[in-house]
Amino acid sequence: MENFTYARADSPEAAIRAAADGAVFAAGTTELVNWMRLGIVAPPALTDISGLDLAAIALADDGATLTVGALATLNAVGTAPPVRTHAPALAEAALKAASPQLRNRATLGGNVLQRTRCPYFRAEAAGEGRMPWPCNKRVAGSGCVAREAPFDRAALFGWTDDCVATQPSDPVVALAALDAVARVQGPDGIREVAMRDFHLDQQEGGAATETRLAPGEMILGYRIPVDAAARGSAYLKVRERESYEYAMVSAAVCLDHADGTIRALRIALGSVAQKPWRLPQTEAALAGAALDEETVQAAMDAALRDARPLPGQGWKPRLAANAATRAVMMAGGIVR
Amino acid sequence: MTVSPRTRDIHHVDIGTARLIVAPGGAAAALPETGIGSTERRLDGDDKVTGRAAYAGEEMPPGTLHGVLVTSPVAKGRIVAIGTDAALAADGVVRVIVPDDMPALAAPSVPPVAQSFVPMSDTSIRYEGQPVAIVLAETLEQAEHGAALVDLRIEAETPTVFETAETVTPRTEGNGYILGALDPARGDAEAAMRDAAATVDAVYVAPTRHHNMMEPSATLAEWRGGALHMHDSTQWTYGVRYALSGLLSMEPGDIHVRCPFTGGGFGAKGYVWPHQILAPLAARLAGRPVKIALSRAQCYTGSGYQPVVRSRVALGADADGRLTAIRHDTENVTSTADDYVEFGNAGTRSLYPAPNLSLTTRIRRADVGTPTAMRAPHEGPGMFALESAMDELSYALDMDPLALRLANYAETDPANGKPFSSNRLRDAYAEGARRFGWDARPRRVRARREGPRLIGSGMASAIMSTFRFPASARVCLTRDGAIRVEAGAQEIGTGTRTIFPQIAAERLGIAADGIEMVLGRTDLPETGGTFGSSSTISVGSAVADAADALRARIEGLADGTLPPREAWPALLRENGTGELVGEGGFSLPGDAPFDAHGGAGEHSMHTWGAVFVEMAVDEALGLARMRRCVACYSAGRILNPVTARSQMIGGIIWGYGRAMLEKSAMDPRSARYLSKNLSGVHLPVNADIPQEIDVSFIEEHDPHASAIGVRGIGELGEVGVAAAIANAVYHATGRRVRDLPITFGDLVG
Repeated sequence: MENFTYARADSPEAAIRAAADGAVFAAGTTELVNWMRLGIVAPPALTDISGLDLAAIALADDGATLTVGALATLNAVGTAPPVRTHAPALAEAALKAASPQLRNRATLGGNVLQRTRCPYFRAEAAGEGRMPWPCNKRVAGSGCVAREAPFDRAALFGWTDDCVATQPSDPVVALAALDAVARVQGPDGIREVAMRDFHLDQQEGGAATETRLAPGEMILGYRIPVDAAARGSAYLKVRERESYEYAMVSAAVCLDHADGTIRALRIALGSVAQKPWRLPQTEAALAGAALDEETVQAAMDAALRDARPLPGQGWKPRLAANAATRAVMMAGGIVR
Repeated sequence: MTVSPRTRDIHHVDIGTARLIVAPGGAAAALPETGIGSTERRLDGDDKVTGRAAYAGEEMPPGTLHGVLVTSPVAKGRIVAIGTDAALAADGVVRVIVPDDMPALAAPSVPPVAQSFVPMSDTSIRYEGQPVAIVLAETLEQAEHGAALVDLRIEAETPTVFETAETVTPRTEGNGYILGALDPARGDAEAAMRDAAATVDAVYVAPTRHHNMMEPSATLAEWRGGALHMHDSTQWTYGVRYALSGLLSMEPGDIHVRCPFTGGGFGAKGYVWPHQILAPLAARLAGRPVKIALSRAQCYTGSGYQPVVRSRVALGADADGRLTAIRHDTENVTSTADDYVEFGNAGTRSLYPAPNLSLTTRIRRADVGTPTAMRAPHEGPGMFALESAMDELSYALDMDPLALRLANYAETDPANGKPFSSNRLRDAYAEGARRFGWDARPRRVRARREGPRLIGSGMASAIMSTFRFPASARVCLTRDGAIRVEAGAQEIGTGTRTIFPQIAAERLGIAADGIEMVLGRTDLPETGGTFGSSSTISVGSAVADAADALRARIEGLADGTLPPREAWPALLRENGTGELVGEGGFSLPGDAPFDAHGGAGEHSMHTWGAVFVEMAVDEALGLARMRRCVACYSAGRILNPVTARSQMIGGIIWGYGRAMLEKSAMDPRSARYLSKNLSGVHLPVNADIPQEIDVSFIEEHDPHASAIGVRGIGELGEVGVAAAIANAVYHATGRRVRDLPITFGDLVG
């Protein structure tokens, strides 16, 4: 670990100026310190943004928009009544992430910027010379061996020969299904990025570029449109360990239904690509369809036909289809 | 140590202690209020949870340097050059030790040294993570940074791993890891298999796993004149002394090792690993005390691991379910330096009688570190195979799995015909089945469904070897009337600081609370290591003997009768006696330095259990969860039902990890573990474990294994759990999983 300087920022503008000089933003630091300890990054300076006034969670007066500040902790997001009422999938996703201790520090702004849990990327290696194996994310151009590894968490969609990593965040999946929009600020001002497009898969960004965030840009918060489907949303996380574990697959579903019929549906799958994987064709196909397991399962099976599982992971598309189906049934109150 | 009433209240949780010990006939045994058999709470619990207990990594004498090991990123090759300039130029770095700095060492004795190859003694690289240099600095951060700056030039070669290595017969000559015959056989297993009414034949794999103890290994080495003083996180203080005495050609008495508390070990701290050898050498070169604490990542290569065990098991039975033939071939990975043998068929030798038997024990040498014992060695990985095969056989015979075990009950040890020192397995089967409600289980698979989940139940037998070491102990009546118990043994979390005072208390007819327990130093009476479930048997017997000796001396001062406790200080004063000391010991038949399952004695010694598990499987989501577990044990006399129950629950959770989560996967190209952290290596968490784990023991007194009626229990709890879980998953789903852990791909449908 290299020495670094540390300073508190008193405004987003000050933090962004520091970033232009090479500093990295530090909020909860639950992921940044991992990177520094593992040898993934060695920033010369940290600019601490945790004191900025960006932690508010509120429902707008017209009831149509929920806003969540980037510095709201995962436990705050998961327990906030407006989130639980108007975007329950986000609350559930936040509370199923990490452990209670980490959730007390980790922020919703930082969470979406966490990086893959691929063990090849996460190798403890102080500097490129100590890397025990190739990884294009760690050493550009060195290659990817995770494709041939005894490791079952590779992507189903969007991967290339250069990288098969997935984005492991839980809240990201919910934010994508909720059609949330991130407000980001950089040297050129404030702009908005839809969370379903915020992350890039390898076909879009290669092995190295994982988001549409430009250098020096920081997330200020999220705007979540509240509709009946958002209020009827659910999040299902499938993992071998019941707590403190990343998803093998996950599914966030926003569902509006009445009289056994689906009126509107939005679905995002998690941990199957380097971005939350929306299923737009399935969403359209199921609008107006019967809300029953057979119908939904058939649509999900069809959606997963495009998946490209690596050898030894042929069971994963079925798991993803089943998880998406179960999440719809949960959102519809048909199974718990 | 005093315990305030308030913390007592906090500790008081009703765990149904009345049902822990089962008397003949199934009635709950009456537990005594005090002494042996009482539910004495951990006497050192407050010290541990409040941080008063001192661990090796916490001690920092003035002038101590932090040592950080620089380790090889490749698994096989040769060190060409080590550049130290950048590291030496960094702030706080005092010295960088490289192989050229190393003194010549005598050949290691294995064990107590864990591996015969001592890193840095030459330029060869034999496993990834092998230490190649040591950076000494004033602070830990400076030493870590310096370690990153060391420039390694290594000529790398392609490593061999378990999957690509050859299967060979282990060396037996001069191999300290040979604990029994490699290939016991009787009759003609192959012919009997051909004539059997039912047979099964399959391959089962229990993967490599690590100990993942809470306290990473740490050692502090300090030279005072010609004497070496170490505060080491170990399971065997005397083993450290003997190992270093041999390597450094020093008198054992000049090496002083202390370890009052060990923060978990599970076998990883049983023998002596490179950091324990390198720290004293570094301290001598630097002329200052040196502390080396392994990082969590270094724990994956800095000490051993339980090697992958691949078992082929074939069973043949007659129409009544009686086994006519058993075949169990096992092989495990080991290093190129040492033929460590994981006797995966150890339990198979003594659990079921069969007239025809064929066992083989093999290894595969790969470019990895040397494995070591891990809870539960041998029987742990091996019994997954045997007890899965027995379950498969029960379906082939259309017979209840428990009835199949009872049809093959061993009245004497099938391995050697000896009578057992004590065996109540039949009662354990009956009591476990009763508590679980086994009789209500449907025979068919996929017979029970609750919503999206299939429910199944499975059972397995458990058997564990009994290991014993000679031991000595001392019990003292101090001048002010206090009682102090002394033994070199360790406290690794199992409760020895509670058990030994309880033993002394019973022999002296006093309460255990308030007895001072002094453990974990080489200037205390010698004992074996705290491993192999051997401490209570061996050290406990020595403590009882010492307490008897002290009692005799007190009685001697008081005309042959034991006066009341309050009168003891006055008795000393009246007789002008200072401290009154009772010395005690425990020795083995033929004065052996160690024995397994009774050794040269007339009796065979094992522990047993019956494990019953209920699993819920959600096939759509590929998830299996344990809903409840009932386990009943025959393990000799239970000295403290509360700490014994804790041990067994820990063992059951350990077994759940084996079944459902744990695998130290290795990248085959680099021979490096994929993950070296507790995020990437899955261990069970509280949320995985059901509240309903029902542990009980059959009331028993073993007159042969020890002087106090006990056998060992520390490892038994893990045995059989993985098989019971896999068998329950089969019962729920009809899916037979032979390759652990059970994961999504095995279940999703």
